[in-house]
Amino acid sequence: MNKMEKALNELGHMDELAVQESPVHAMNAGAKLLCTVIYILVVMSFNKYDLSGLIPMLLWPVFMYQMSGIPVRTCFYKLRIVLPLVMAVGLFNPIFDREIMLHIGNIGVSGGVISMLTLMLKGVLCLMASFLLVATTPFDNICAALRRVHFPAMLVTLLLLTYRYVGVMTEELAVMTDAYHLRAPGQKGIHVSAWGSFLGQLLLRSMDRAQELYSSMLLRGYHQHFHYAPIKPFKFSDAVFLILSIAFFAIVKYVNVSELMGMFLVR
Amino acid sequence: MIAFENVSFAYESGEPVIRDMSFRIEDGEAVGLIGANGAGKSTIMKLLLGLVQGEGRILVDETEVNRDNLSTIRHKLGFVLQNSDNQMFMPTVYEDMMFGPLNYMVSREEADKRVDEILDRLDLQHLKHKYNHKISGGEKRMAAIATVLAMEPEAILMDEPTSALDPYNRRIVINTIKELSQTKIITSHDLDMIMDTCSRVILISKGSIVADGKAEDILSDKELLEANHMELPLSLSRNG
Ligand SMILES: Nc1ncnc2c1ncn2[C@@H]1O[C@H](COP(=O)(O)OP(=O)(O)OP(=O)(O)O)[C@@H](O)[C@H]1O
Ligand SMILES: [Mg+2]
Repeated sequence: MNKMEKALNELGHMDELAVQESPVHAMNAGAKLLCTVIYILVVMSFNKYDLSGLIPMLLWPVFMYQMSGIPVRTCFYKLRIVLPLVMAVGLFNPIFDREIMLHIGNIGVSGGVISMLTLMLKGVLCLMASFLLVATTPFDNICAALRRVHFPAMLVTLLLLTYRYVGVMTEELAVMTDAYHLRAPGQKGIHVSAWGSFLGQLLLRSMDRAQELYSSMLLRGYHQHFHYAPIKPFKFSDAVFLILSIAFFAIVKYVNVSELMGMFLVR
Repeated sequence: MIAFENVSFAYESGEPVIRDMSFRIEDGEAVGLIGANGAGKSTIMKLLLGLVQGEGRILVDETEVNRDNLSTIRHKLGFVLQNSDNQMFMPTVYEDMMFGPLNYMVSREEADKRVDEILDRLDLQHLKHKYNHKISGGEKRMAAIATVLAMEPEAILMDEPTSALDPYNRRIVINTIKELSQTKIITSHDLDMIMDTCSRVILISKGSIVADGKAEDILSDKELLEANHMELPLSLSRNG
């Protein structure tokens, strides 16, 4: 199995995760989607120096992972390629923003360091929440939920096709890498001189395949409605979940939980 | 009824692939489309399904194939693609089989019943809950055929249904095709299979029909076949 096939298996594994059974899997897709969106908005809304305020937001995804039976490390493992990119976003802050904001013992911590950490944490939290949604809800159901809230049909179809396209492209990449190495034994990676044609071929091939896949969907009656992916009904428990989650976000956002806990500890 | 009336077609900026082609297939007929690689067999199917548009008229039950009535046409036709990797897109075989019927508003219970019946008929129950990315090429081909049968189309188009199949599954597919009462159009280089399943054969070469007639006549015409990159079916070459 080459690297690409492994990647592909992991994509397939996402589908497998999404059909497991747990209280989180059993939830209404719309409720989960809404909650995830609100969560991400709230996380993004924190001030860039408010690291201590943001930390309690970690509790929600951690709790949800517990409930869903999906280990948090699965998320970090699957996202190991994206994670560093997200983390890199704030890397330069410490260089530009050197004003000392806080002292731990007698080491001064600059605003840049704090805003870097805050940004990193924001990125990680958003990734964790999005991953949880995708890992506990079949992708077609997420699309169905988006349609339910009147998200434009074109965009939903595009989203669905993108999701499938990634799979197709990985598959083609796997086949082509194998074919290349069979004829270039002992070479590590793909020689620079072949990059152009390799990339061109990859795009053409995966586009052709994606086109056929889409045709195949159309031929079997796909018309941007998702009757085939029924959303689990919105139950009382979903309402409770939604209210509790939003209440939690509001508390973390408007009450300084860390300070509060600190006060308790000091007493 | 399926009819081509003076149909021509070329892919963008290329040579014509289908040249002024006309034929008519009546309800319930089983027709084999044969011809060398690149003759235009798959293209004929794509034209019929409205996946590509050419000149001339294509009729399915007196309805012309054009942009406005694609969904009516496609509801009537089931298509098994040449490449099954591109046919299956849901996570599991079961979900893939349910996709078509549910889109056409068949109830879930009814669709479930269909799926089980077809899986039994094809001896595929063991694949039901398998993930599409974890089954072999031949298994995927069988599953693709199952997804199309689950739609209960009025006519079935199959592009190379037996390629990639082992003899056991090839036999199951042949027997299944024989049992279907629908109109069937099958392309293949497996002339023995065509011999077994089709009563009529249309031979295509470079986008034109070179022969159209009874299967046993065309498939036993050694010279005609060899002139078109094919050989007598094994069953005939042994006897004769
Ligand atoms: N997407 C495309 N773009 C341009 N040309 C194409 C495309 N698809 C097929 N062709 C050309 O059209 C001709 C007919 O192709 P078609 O796929 O219909 O052949 P076929 O009879 O099905 O062959 P095979 O037995 O190999 O499946 C070929 O010459 C091919 O090169
Ligand atoms: Mg073909």
